[in-house]
Amino acid sequence: MKIINWLLLISFGALLVYASFGLPNRGDADAVMHREKSPAGSQGASSYYIRNAYKDANTPNMVTVILADYRGYDTLGEETVILTAGLICFLILRRKKKNSDDPI
Amino acid sequence: MVSRVVSPFIMLFALYVIFHGHYSAGGGFQGGTIMAASLLLMRLAAGREIAQLQFRTILGTPLGSIGVLIYFGTGFMAMLAGGEFLNYGFLPFAGFQAAELRSLGILMVEIGVGLAVMAILVAIYDDLLEGYPHD
Repeated sequence: MKIINWLLLISFGALLVYASFGLPNRGDADAVMHREKSPAGSQGASSYYIRNAYKDANTPNMVTVILADYRGYDTLGEETVILTAGLICFLILRRKKKNSDDPI
Repeated sequence: MVSRVVSPFIMLFALYVIFHGHYSAGGGFQGGTIMAASLLLMRLAAGREIAQLQFRTILGTPLGSIGVLIYFGTGFMAMLAGGEFLNYGFLPFAGFQAAELRSLGILMVEIGVGLAVMAILVAIYDDLLEGYPHD
């Protein structure tokens, strides 16, 4: 049983390593996601962000503009996830006052 | 002793990270985490009573909700003023260009994120310690 687990683990790792050879190089201008136009012919988002981030939002940090302005919905969702995690910790871990003498 | 000296400077650095997110690496999530680190340092080092003077346990969840509401309210204000939800260019502040309004909206959003992250991290720590004896 243990050998099967190891074999599965090693084969899955080998699959991941093999798949990583298909990824484009870092900063490769010819990769599909970095091209000016997508294969369907519409304008790519990344080049638009790089060209217009300062013009649109008057903010030098491009990452902040993308995070908080272009992708504002995403950040709102992230913050809601954090709030939900806090509320769930509150609901699960808080105990009522009268039970505070119980050992568990 | 060291933590009592260091904690205010960590807090100052957190504010720097939040408000300097427009110009360098940083932003609400990172700054809020650093702020929570300084508050948790006081909780670990100075004990429960002194830390409660600094940031009460009861404040955690409401402040987190207020942070999310600041974010949501910024987007909703833009929607009420005639734009789309979260389109900061329509924020109803007079005397600003659209680009400057977007910069301002990003700042408001970052403050909301920082407040929520700080309050929720401290609240989770307090919830984990709930019911156990504090030294």
